[in-house]
Amino acid sequence: MTPELQERINNLVNQNKIVVFMKGNRLMPQCGFSNNVVQILNMLAVPYETVDVLDDYEIRQGIKEYSSWPTIPQVYINGQFVGGSDILIELYQKGELQQMVEVALAS
Amino acid sequence: MISPSQVEAMIKAGLPDAQVQVQDLTGGGDHYQVTVISSQFEGKGLVQQHQLVYGAVRQAMSSEAIHALSLKTYTPQTWQSSRQTV
Repeated sequence: MTPELQERINNLVNQNKIVVFMKGNRLMPQCGFSNNVVQILNMLAVPYETVDVLDDYEIRQGIKEYSSWPTIPQVYINGQFVGGSDILIELYQKGELQQMVEVALAS
Repeated sequence: MISPSQVEAMIKAGLPDAQVQVQDLTGGGDHYQVTVISSQFEGKGLVQQHQLVYGAVRQAMSSEAIHALSLKTYTPQTWQSSRQTV
């Protein structure tokens, strides 16, 4: 990964409390897994940023390397990689996601 | 296209003690739901647990032979307690 790309991703991850790297956007997710993540965050009624990887091939490949994670979507909360769709669903069901989000938004 | 038993074999090659259940979600051999139980997950967060499984199937995922892998990971202990609650 080029230093420039790493810097771009660093900025996206650090300048947003919650950011989702996904296929499509929150109004029109282009993949069922990305849609799962959007639906969960909408249920929590929290502000979040999205990055459409279909619009940006560099980010689409780069984020996989950056997170050591082979799939999209990817969710970052407070600069920390939290997981993809399966983990978001699991954390939501356990009530842990709500806590993480509250802590992030309060910080 | 990859068969469920190939997916299971790849995961077991990476995590020798693992118990693996593989379900082909679409019948197309590229969307899988996989449950993995391994003592190697102990003490690790979900991200690290899933990364261990992804590591075992890295080749198949980067070549897009597997398009989607839905993962559930358990340690032997969390598996026991999850079965008691269902």
